[in-house]
Amino acid sequence: MAYAIEGTTGPWEVVVGLEVHAQVISQSKLFSGSSAAFGAEPNTQVSFVDAGFPGMLPVINRECVAQAVRTGLGLNAVIHKVSRFDRKNYFYADMPQGYQISQYEHPVVGTGIVEVELADGSVKQIGVTRLHLEQDAGKSLHDQHTTKTFIDLNRSGVALMEIVSEPDIRSPEEAGAYLRKLRSILRYLGTCDGNMEEGSMRADVNVSVRKAGEPYRTRCEIKNVNSIRFVMQAVEAEAARQVEVWESGGEVRQETRLFDSNRGITRPMRSKEDAHDYRYFPDPDLLPLVLEQSWIDALKASLPELPDAKQARFRSDYGLTQYDAAVLVAEKATADFFETVAKGRDPKIAANWVTGDFFAALNRAGASIETSPVSAANLGALLDLIVDKTINGRIAKDVFEAMVETGKDPAAIVEEKGLKQVTDTGAIDAAVDAIVAANPDKVAEYRSGREKLFGFFVGQTMKAMAGKGNPALINDTLKRRLA
Amino acid sequence: MLTDLTIAQAQAGLKAKTFSAVELTQAHLTGVDALNPRLNAFITVSHAKARDQAKAADEAIARGDIRPLTGIPLAIKDLFCTEGIRTTAASRILESFIPPYESTVTANLLNDGAVFLGKTNLDEFAMGSSNMTSAFGPVENPWKRRQDQNAVLVPGGSSGGSAAAVAARIAMGATGTDTGGSIRQPASFCGLVGVKPSYGRCSRWGVVAFASSLDHPGPFARTVQDGAILLGSMASHDPKDSTSADRPVPDYQAACKRGVKGLRIGVPREYRVDGMPAEIEALWQQGIAWLRDAGAEIVDVSLPHTKYGLATYYIVAPAEASSNLARYDGVRFGLRKDGAELSDMYGNTRAAGFGAEVRRRILIGTYVLSAGYYDAYYLRAQKVRALILRDFNEVFANVDALLTPTTPSAAFAQGEKMDDPIQMYLNDLFTVGANLAGVPAISVPAGLDSNGLPLGLQIIGKNFDEETVFAVSAEIERAAGFTALPQIRAGM
Repeated sequence: MAYAIEGTTGPWEVVVGLEVHAQVISQSKLFSGSSAAFGAEPNTQVSFVDAGFPGMLPVINRECVAQAVRTGLGLNAVIHKVSRFDRKNYFYADMPQGYQISQYEHPVVGTGIVEVELADGSVKQIGVTRLHLEQDAGKSLHDQHTTKTFIDLNRSGVALMEIVSEPDIRSPEEAGAYLRKLRSILRYLGTCDGNMEEGSMRADVNVSVRKAGEPYRTRCEIKNVNSIRFVMQAVEAEAARQVEVWESGGEVRQETRLFDSNRGITRPMRSKEDAHDYRYFPDPDLLPLVLEQSWIDALKASLPELPDAKQARFRSDYGLTQYDAAVLVAEKATADFFETVAKGRDPKIAANWVTGDFFAALNRAGASIETSPVSAANLGALLDLIVDKTINGRIAKDVFEAMVETGKDPAAIVEEKGLKQVTDTGAIDAAVDAIVAANPDKVAEYRSGREKLFGFFVGQTMKAMAGKGNPALINDTLKRRLA
Repeated sequence: MLTDLTIAQAQAGLKAKTFSAVELTQAHLTGVDALNPRLNAFITVSHAKARDQAKAADEAIARGDIRPLTGIPLAIKDLFCTEGIRTTAASRILESFIPPYESTVTANLLNDGAVFLGKTNLDEFAMGSSNMTSAFGPVENPWKRRQDQNAVLVPGGSSGGSAAAVAARIAMGATGTDTGGSIRQPASFCGLVGVKPSYGRCSRWGVVAFASSLDHPGPFARTVQDGAILLGSMASHDPKDSTSADRPVPDYQAACKRGVKGLRIGVPREYRVDGMPAEIEALWQQGIAWLRDAGAEIVDVSLPHTKYGLATYYIVAPAEASSNLARYDGVRFGLRKDGAELSDMYGNTRAAGFGAEVRRRILIGTYVLSAGYYDAYYLRAQKVRALILRDFNEVFANVDALLTPTTPSAAFAQGEKMDDPIQMYLNDLFTVGANLAGVPAISVPAGLDSNGLPLGLQIIGKNFDEETVFAVSAEIERAAGFTALPQIRAGM
């Protein structure tokens, strides 16, 4: 059942297109040699070019172009061998040149496709219209002084990729799935870290609504939404607002809006700010960007395996379910972690541990793969201890919890805590004998047909052995003794 | 007098230790101190720095480290950023701006041993043809009308201060920038050699931008050979300027000796405009005769889109300028006039900082790039510009260089042509084509008009073929035997 907003006049379809601004991972800025790193002291990463000093000229950073091309290739997109930089003219205090250098008419990357998987298991293709390179502005800090605004130009000139989707998205879920997939691809490619909290990925959300079969109605653009959850909420809130406007006989005006995450609504930006005429024209300080096919080919050849390909391989090589494969490839770090654990081991057991206990532990600890106390090597070693019967499955859970707490390797924990599985039949026989002797009435009941009591005996024996007994041997011994 | 020497002569004298670099620089500083209060050619004179550089030059000469410009005192247009020396662009908005960096061109000159006397006056942000738009006041042309010694003539513009300084012998050479004729027109008005090289030959890095696609740094000199020496030093491939050409810099001095025998020289018929003074037409014919006599073949050619050059120029240049000058906003450097809101600060700062001509061009440029006008103006102008470039390319398939007058008139007086900006813009009639096409061009003094004022002829060449342009210029110079001197000059 397709997503729809139920209005008083019937269902409304939601139409969404996303413009994602993704900060390019690079050593230096798009047109200058200053560092593009995040988090430095204000105004410590600013060259005279970034500060728009007289006579300073931009020089394109080859690596930023390579990152854009890699991203284009990762989006299955057309790479334009000739593209151009334009100036987008407007005044703002954190925009030193008085214009932003961007690619308006001739972007470096053209149309592409992103495939997203939805909760019902269906796959949808979202079109990418274009990807272009542009400079970021600096930052205005309005809260540092009562009457003054402080300017930090560290970000001024940092390379951004603007990735524009077709209006192919039809629900908040699809918007979220698209963003997650896009972020995953960017991270796989190493072209953007995708950290929305740090602002290195942000989205402008274009929303309109329509009745089935209608052409597009007027859209509104919600600027600068900085989390996937907020994008989904903004789509929902804005679509609902527009339905209400239309149904109450009004007309949706094309405008720029902001999402207020506290109140869960969108509201218009001051109209002053969208009255811009940007006076785009080709930047005369820069030559057209001309790419050699051989250079593009070399970048293509060096691309890493991307999520879709990896997911297919996980299913075919490891026999994983579509669901497990999808979960494991969503983040490259997770996929790498899994492959390290699975190497030379049973991949399904590895997948179960990674998606089960391991993810649960990360969630509880609020940790990520990168900060996980349990390394892939250690988790693999734990699986080995199970396979070679050093410990049983139940003890393994305890050992794992100890690994989460201490970060130690499992063999050390087993050693330290004396958790080594008991496979000595003498010890098991003795334990079973003691249990049988202590529970004559239960033994009688069992023998008279209450077979459910078998579990009781196993539990008692295991308890007597502090959980370390080999479950199979205990079973065998009990069956023999109770027969 | 030391101030009458050419650069080539001074090089020889320094090498032979006939005089020292300190003496040579001091002679020029003395001339500057005597004449600048009247000429207003310099905005900033850097006495101490010049003397230090001259002293260093003498030490270098003593060590035997003699470079192409060791100890040669030059004037620098105040559009080139010079590290530690105020750089104003002749604008209030940069009145107290001291760059923390050295432009590539001036760095090249310093590296070749030059001494900088100071920073010369210009039209504000190089926008003008008379030097009348400078926030630091007009420059007087050292030349006087024979019949009207009281008239104060303009040196031309925008590089008026550089031209006046070199003409008055208070600098041996100077840098200029040429966006629509800003080197060649003042060179013509002041009886100098003015060189606008090919676009990309001299780096624009560190030069305050007027119109990026049209700005060409280049030299002023009193002889073609000196022009060749200076351009040889100024030119370089600069990775910091994306439009800089990655080509070796040829030996321009050698090119001056090539002669013109066998060259095909085009005479574009569209440059014969209505109302052009007979004297200028006569000089042009004289130039044609000199080249023919020297063995060149003269060919009538057509540049059919010439008549659109000025209109195209006055759309493209203001469009780029309107954007290039957006950075003067009072936020990070230069003048700031506070206001209640950010937009008030912008308005106050730019209203106080920019003069009338700069404001006019920012308005024109903003207009031609605006939604609804872009296609009719900017885009159309870009298309015509492509046609103008095609004109030159087609002509240069048949000829080696073009010969034209530099300007439609000799120097005019301060106050003349001031009411009507269009009249002023007509000064650029013959010069803008080479800027729009990016091809090299030189103005050479070739004669005097009936008032005794210098007139220049312009030689335009193929892209990156400055050598042929120098060869033809040198031939005109030889034939013209131009020896007239301006009335105001050092030592007078």
